[in-house]
Amino acid sequence: MITINKISKSFDNIKTIDKISAVFEKGKTNLIIGQSGSGKTVLMKCLLGLLDIDSGEILYDGKKFDKDNISIISNLRKQIGMVFQGSALFDSMTVLNNILFPLRMFSDKTDSKMITRAKEVIKRVDLRDVDNKFPSEISGGMQKRVAIARAIVLNPRYLFCDEPNSGLDPKTAIIIDKLIKEITVEYNITTVINTHDMNSVMEIGDKIIFLVEGKKIWEGTNQQILNTDDKMINDFVYSSELFKKVKLTQQKN
Amino acid sequence: MIKYTFTKFTKWSVLKKLIFQEIDDLIIGSIGIVAFMSFLIGGVVAIQTALAIDNPLLPGNLIGFATRQSVVLEFAPTLISIIMAGKVGSFITSSIGTMRVTEQIDALEVMGINSYNYLIFPKIISLLLYPFLITFAMFLGILGGYMASVYAGFSTSFDFIQGIQLDFKVFHIIYTYIKTMLFAFVLATIPSYHGFFMKGGALEVGKASNISFVWTSSVIIIINFIVTQLLLA
Ligand SMILES: Nc1ncnc2c1ncn2[C@@H]1O[C@H](COP(=O)(O)OP(=O)(O)OP(=O)(O)O)[C@@H](O)[C@H]1O
Ligand SMILES: [Mg+2]
Repeated sequence: MITINKISKSFDNIKTIDKISAVFEKGKTNLIIGQSGSGKTVLMKCLLGLLDIDSGEILYDGKKFDKDNISIISNLRKQIGMVFQGSALFDSMTVLNNILFPLRMFSDKTDSKMITRAKEVIKRVDLRDVDNKFPSEISGGMQKRVAIARAIVLNPRYLFCDEPNSGLDPKTAIIIDKLIKEITVEYNITTVINTHDMNSVMEIGDKIIFLVEGKKIWEGTNQQILNTDDKMINDFVYSSELFKKVKLTQQKN
Repeated sequence: MIKYTFTKFTKWSVLKKLIFQEIDDLIIGSIGIVAFMSFLIGGVVAIQTALAIDNPLLPGNLIGFATRQSVVLEFAPTLISIIMAGKVGSFITSSIGTMRVTEQIDALEVMGINSYNYLIFPKIISLLLYPFLITFAMFLGILGGYMASVYAGFSTSFDFIQGIQLDFKVFHIIYTYIKTMLFAFVLATIPSYHGFFMKGGALEVGKASNISFVWTSSVIIIINFIVTQLLLA
């Protein structure tokens, strides 16, 4: 569980994140949604300590995320996995070496045990015959899977995904979403996902917080989001024709 | 940046591999161009000296002597370093810059890896071998001068070889290697800085490499001037 209390972050005096408080629950896929530019990535980078917050506090299972407390931070880092918006695979390394990388850095296992573990997660994300390929030689969907595999190889307690299915076709996008959801439940991980994709919201939105211009204006579940009267949410949810039709049929029933 | 580079070290087994990789990329990968350039530059220096001192009263070993002095003191360390600012420097800036814009550096940081140490330290260490590259350049530069002047008939082999042994000052060698080590440090750090702190996308990576080259080569010229003032003047 990750708790944030009134965190704010400004760039050049413009409030990008404005006093956001929220709880991201364990074993659930917690979604941060909002339009492009609403501050999703900035919020996630604040949670991870990649950006310093101006005020407020971040608690990982009750422990304060305090950049100056090196022992807490370095301990926590080993329990965090992250899937970046653009996958961020190391392009000088093969797929297998990308996945082995966190193991080589942080585990004391023997080489053969590390490889066994890496192959295990490769299988878990349904990848085949890519071990010795470089990231530039595989498709975007495969890159996402590799990024997920790398993020979970150390059995993290917290998983962060920044738009894990952007740039993927709808079918692959849903497969990736479901994969993240399964892993979250299977290993009881606190998972936080940024997305602006309504399909993801419906598929895996256990808990949703909705951002507009750096402010949290709503929170709830994927069931609640369809039936809220909030205008801004409706604008967001029903911006596509498909979801307008979904709403119409729902109302008819 | 330099301070962070030497704190919170990456696991040694990983670092060792990175260092060998950098030696391969930065040093071994530069041998070809360094050999080619220094051989030809040595030849040009010898021919121009020969043409400039076309006077029977001057001793025949002067060409060898002048070639050695110019190659060892200036052409090998300084000119080759400026060429390296283009080759190695832009390689460093663009590779680190690409890692920055594709969030690979963020990925390292999230994992709790000190990205400064991981990326910059191996480059600094591998450039400790830079003096070997410059020594190689000196050798080939003088060889180029020898071939050019002997085969074009400006000097006899005996005269040239006597010339390169003439009035040999150890201090000049010390001066050259002090310069070389400073250049090596500049070559590792300034391009890294420009890659590390760049913002934007792929286009900006190209721009950052350009700016990095301008800075690296300017700083090399300035250091060259200062060190020469301090040590030789
Ligand atoms: N390093 C930075 N310096 C200044 N402004 C920034 C920086 N990073 C983000 N911003 C600004 O913060 C705002 C929110 O950006 P953010 O990347 O969080 O949006 P997002 O919700 O993730 O959008 P998208 O869905 O397109 O990824 C934007 O207006 C952006 O310009
Ligand atoms: Mg984003």
